[in-house]
Amino acid sequence: MNDTHYKPSAANRVWRNLADHTATALTILATIVVISPLIAIFGYLLYKGASSLNLNFFTKIPAPVGETGGGMANAIVGSAVLLVVGSAIGVPIGIAAGIFLAEFGRGGRLANLVRFTADVLNGVPSIVMGVAVYALIVLPQKHFSALSGGVALGIMMIPTITRSTEEMLLMVPHVIREAALGLGVPNWRSVLSITLRTASPGVITGCMLAFARVAGETAPLLFTAFGNQFWSANINQPIAALPLQIYVYALSPYDDWHRLAWAGALVLISLIVISVSLVRYVTTRGVLKGAS
Amino acid sequence: MVNLKMQPVRVPGPFEAPSPAGEKPRTPPLGAEPSAIRKFLLSRGSSAMVDSAFRWLMLVCALAIFAIVALIFWELTTRSQLTIHKFGIKFFFGSAWDPVNGNFGALPFVFGTLVSSLIALIIAVPLAVGVAIFITEMCPRMLRGPLSFLTELLAAIPSVVYGLWAVFILVPLLREHINPMLIRLLGWTGLFTEPNFGIGMLAAGVILAIMILPVISSLTREVMSAVPHTQREAALALGATRWEMIRMSVLRNARIGIVGSIILGLGRALGETMAVTMVIGNRPEIVRNLLAPAYSMASVIANEFSEASDDMYLSALIEIGLALFLVTIVVNIFARLLVWAVTRGAPARVA
Repeated sequence: MNDTHYKPSAANRVWRNLADHTATALTILATIVVISPLIAIFGYLLYKGASSLNLNFFTKIPAPVGETGGGMANAIVGSAVLLVVGSAIGVPIGIAAGIFLAEFGRGGRLANLVRFTADVLNGVPSIVMGVAVYALIVLPQKHFSALSGGVALGIMMIPTITRSTEEMLLMVPHVIREAALGLGVPNWRSVLSITLRTASPGVITGCMLAFARVAGETAPLLFTAFGNQFWSANINQPIAALPLQIYVYALSPYDDWHRLAWAGALVLISLIVISVSLVRYVTTRGVLKGAS
Repeated sequence: MVNLKMQPVRVPGPFEAPSPAGEKPRTPPLGAEPSAIRKFLLSRGSSAMVDSAFRWLMLVCALAIFAIVALIFWELTTRSQLTIHKFGIKFFFGSAWDPVNGNFGALPFVFGTLVSSLIALIIAVPLAVGVAIFITEMCPRMLRGPLSFLTELLAAIPSVVYGLWAVFILVPLLREHINPMLIRLLGWTGLFTEPNFGIGMLAAGVILAIMILPVISSLTREVMSAVPHTQREAALALGATRWEMIRMSVLRNARIGIVGSIILGLGRALGETMAVTMVIGNRPEIVRNLLAPAYSMASVIANEFSEASDDMYLSALIEIGLALFLVTIVVNIFARLLVWAVTRGAPARVA
């Protein structure tokens, strides 16, 4: 009877335990290795950025080469203009496409195709988006413009917003829709003020994430918004943007500009981190938690 | 799907009652005045026309996504006709890049993109999978949230900030400490030899690895959580250690999805522009030495597009963009299919 039982030898057990502990140690090591560049990046950003951040940064435009001082006020305003144009294009189309996927096309072949295309669009490299918008808007217009930069950012926002809107709308229980329709509310109104409203925290989260993602984009702006050393809020003219300015300054040979680049990076990343954390706070503490 | 179950679910979120009288719906006696609900609805217009118009509007917006992808493809193809006709497929096999004489070959850029992405994958994959295993299977529940938040934060850092950090911190670090060590230890392979500038293929690969890590690890995590708990319990019940359980039930069941997430990371690495442009060195040469400056497809577009004076030059750059577009689409579709094959049975997850 006892012969049929498998008896692991002591050596076998030691070896297996050793493998287990080694694996645990390796994964912990991997986690530390992954977290360390994050800490290094944030550490240097704070260290180098905070020391060169002052009021001038937010109020002055870039100083000419050779002069010290100057700031990035025009780039901050330019980024804001670009993001407003981008959101004006990306948010409505993205949410509407999400509504279509969740409410009308559910399970259909067309919806699957649209969802797939959105994923494809999400994977298109940002530089290619820049080239395409250049060919589409800048070439016919024959000049760089804030509008073309905004269009490029807006297109990049669409897939993220569409997918998150769809996901959130799908989480809204059917009984709510049925209750609305049962009371005689027209379908369009039920979608807009019942379903979409119920899912609104999640939808807003998606929009904020898309916003945070394109806020730091540089590549699509290189030959659409192009950058500008002076004040400009004209949508038909080249406009400065914070990421573009950081790129130009980082590659310049001047120490003063390097400092400004670090300060700009700190401002940019604070903007993004604050919005992402806010979003995370809303989604984990917010009303949507009960539905998931 | 879980969400479609017909059962009383707590109504999440601010829920606006459709009408003031909605709380006490009573059927009015025949011939009486129309109820408050009815009046409310009639006053807002509830015709079928508005309904179908709304439906069409949503459909048009959904189709706009199609139109955008088609438009990008069309624009890129028509604007690169010049070089497509002149060089044909040889464009991607020629290694001469001579804008002055109108001679274009994209091989050095293709080489740079592929090699830097490969280096990134070699560095990032073991780390990303390790982190995913640690977060899903090993770490204390208390650490799980903060750790996944930190890895996600890595994804939120803009490309240009990575580039800035790489130029001022990573490149000097490589030049002073890591590259000399590599030359001493692995110089015999011919992959790591002088001259040591700091910038070059290796620097681009390392920064790319840091950038694609969160992509791979978050998807791997998702795929791993989709493995049913019964699989884990079965392995543990048979007396497996924790690592054996992870290897036999988690990794084995999730392997297709992990491959998918790696390919998705590759797609991201292939198209990454700014950080690579800032550290790769921008020299269109094909050399064996990984410490030498190189060039990638995305960075040649970023660097030379706005100074492309004649049509042929512009067309050559746009054709590189077209190639990048097609390659990333194929890579993404392939990866999505793999990830989808694993996670389709799992309930939808938020963020």
